[in-house]
Amino acid sequence: MSYELSHLDALEAESVFIIREVVAELDSPVLLFSGGKDSAVMLHLAVKAFAPAPLPFPLMHVDTGHNFPEVLQYRDARVAELGARLHVASVQEAIDGGRVAEEKGPRASRNRAQTVPLLEAIEKHRFNAVFGGARRDEEKARAKERVFSFRDEFGQWDPKNQRPELWSLYNGRHRRGEHLRVFPLSNWTELDVWQYIAREGVALPSIYFSHRREVFRRDGMLMAWSPYLPLLPGEEVSTASVRFRTVGDMTCTACVESDAVTVSEVITEIVASRVTERGASRADDKFSETAMEDRKREGYF
Amino acid sequence: MELLRFATAGSVDDGKSTLIGRLLHDTRSILEDQLAAVERTSRARGDEYVNLALLLDGLKAEREQGITIDVAYRYFATAQRKFIIADTPGHLQYTRNMVTGASTADLALILVDARKGVLEQTRRHAFLASLLRVPHLVLCVNKMDLVGFDVAVFERIREEFRQFSMKLDVADLSFIPISALGGDNVVTRSERMPWYQGSTLLHHLENVHIASDRNLIHVRFPVQSVLRPMSSKFPDYRAYAGQVLGGVLRPGDEVMALPSGFTTRIRELDLAGRPVAQAFPPMSVNVSLADELDISRGDMLCRPGNPPLVGQDLDAMVCWLAEGVSLQAGARFALKHTTRSARAQVKQLHYRLDVNTLSRDETSPRLGLNEIGRVTLRTTVPLFFDEYRRNRHTGSFILIDEATNATVGAGMINGPAV
Repeated sequence: MSYELSHLDALEAESVFIIREVVAELDSPVLLFSGGKDSAVMLHLAVKAFAPAPLPFPLMHVDTGHNFPEVLQYRDARVAELGARLHVASVQEAIDGGRVAEEKGPRASRNRAQTVPLLEAIEKHRFNAVFGGARRDEEKARAKERVFSFRDEFGQWDPKNQRPELWSLYNGRHRRGEHLRVFPLSNWTELDVWQYIAREGVALPSIYFSHRREVFRRDGMLMAWSPYLPLLPGEEVSTASVRFRTVGDMTCTACVESDAVTVSEVITEIVASRVTERGASRADDKFSETAMEDRKREGYF
Repeated sequence: MELLRFATAGSVDDGKSTLIGRLLHDTRSILEDQLAAVERTSRARGDEYVNLALLLDGLKAEREQGITIDVAYRYFATAQRKFIIADTPGHLQYTRNMVTGASTADLALILVDARKGVLEQTRRHAFLASLLRVPHLVLCVNKMDLVGFDVAVFERIREEFRQFSMKLDVADLSFIPISALGGDNVVTRSERMPWYQGSTLLHHLENVHIASDRNLIHVRFPVQSVLRPMSSKFPDYRAYAGQVLGGVLRPGDEVMALPSGFTTRIRELDLAGRPVAQAFPPMSVNVSLADELDISRGDMLCRPGNPPLVGQDLDAMVCWLAEGVSLQAGARFALKHTTRSARAQVKQLHYRLDVNTLSRDETSPRLGLNEIGRVTLRTTVPLFFDEYRRNRHTGSFILIDEATNATVGAGMINGPAV
């Protein structure tokens, strides 16, 4: 008998343990489900952690109002399939209510604005554990993140004052009004996620695979043409075969040219790629060297 | 493909970040946009060469001050293995960070500057790796280019470290002469050190045997939660969810539940309804039992002839992780051990250990930040534990300050207190 465990089995075992630990120790968890591949894998793991019992917590989507329709369709189909509860925290409502100022100009994005409705929803529903699909390999500020990451009463992250995390003994203690962000996929890489999607047959939104789309080039990235992104002088729309490597909202997510229509074709392209997924596709990280850290400090995902 | 977790430790300026940068770079794990960002920052700072160390410093304060503040996790893979690096800074908060990184590591990689040889910090890092029972230790003698790739320098450092390490409990120790800057013996064999016949660092990381490091003898299954769907489809399903921390479980095996002491058989093992033929560390599974017993979170399943230690009085080494609050006799803390939570009182602080000399200070009234000592604790409820040297998971605990909820101590159980 062999007692070797593949890296995907080891990662799955760790994630399942983390998700169960949260449910055992924190009475009001919620899982952030954007419809992106990482949250799809996280949801798959959460279902596996409790099956055949139902998922013991609701899902939440922070909706910028500028989402890809294919992703919203996928989100709703998945929620219906699981019989899960979904909370939608709306950036549009926060803007209409005057609680967030909309960025102006052709480069405006609602990316940063998501933090306000997210924190409002956490407070309103008294969630004390918020599962996020962030991975440490994605971004350098995220490389310093804990699995159980403490947030104060303002939802703030203090990277210089984090709880030490030893063995698999996670400290979920907090006072009322404070909460924990929990990242079950901390130790997964982009490739691990795709290999696991292939192995488990996890369904994804169609835009992760090659399709024809009207696009234009901005800052070296290929953006989907939509009413939310007015063209700048000199920018021209053309049609190309593309897929998305990450899925945020339409104003900050770029696509890459691709003919990959299956998971295994996507994996082949990722292995050959010489650019990281956020480098290839996320305008939101390009504001400055520490754009992610700055947003995380404020309470972003 | 297997997963290997390793922790890196080094002293200031011994080239640790350069080494990790080199490992990532030479295994093609650094992609073009990351390299471009580092080049931009290097230029802006006026560095003479592309500073691979910048790849690793993620926080604003770190980049401003040119120091590493916190443990950072890095990932890369080769055709053989997937690697997780816990990169622990060598100066600030060294003990706290090293202990954190080492707690989950299969291997510790310690760097020495060939010009400086074995330093106080080298001994400290090696001691912490042995205290945390990291099964494999690799001493990389770096900057061999600055000593003319001289075999005598390498041999002298190796001998000195070997002498010191006899005082420690190190199961597997390797020495590799490298130049992280030039890439010698990191990923590719150095032509400048023909006298060295051993593995390159990467080859060693890819091939070191880790499958036997887990405890596959003593069955330890702390119950995380009870799964009871109570649905029309699964009216009778009742299973105990958890992660296997020791031994091998199979359907039909006789098991004993603690604290009740009742025995029964495993009826079925599954995950998400899919049967599992055998469960071993670190698998997460559901265990269904032949008889209905009263079992809940914090209880433990084991083999009847091979139970863990059970008790409320612990003799343990504690590493103190907090500023402000200290550990002293009489103090009370929340304690987390496997899936069990309790409160604990410090009955006695026997001594504080000087991690540089390994000498014991029996007069010290308290442990402060980054200090290590031997204590006796009494817990409010019995724990089901093993000596840390037998099982790193059932032998470890954390202490939490009940006023601030901060994690303040990391404990390794020597055994029951007498």
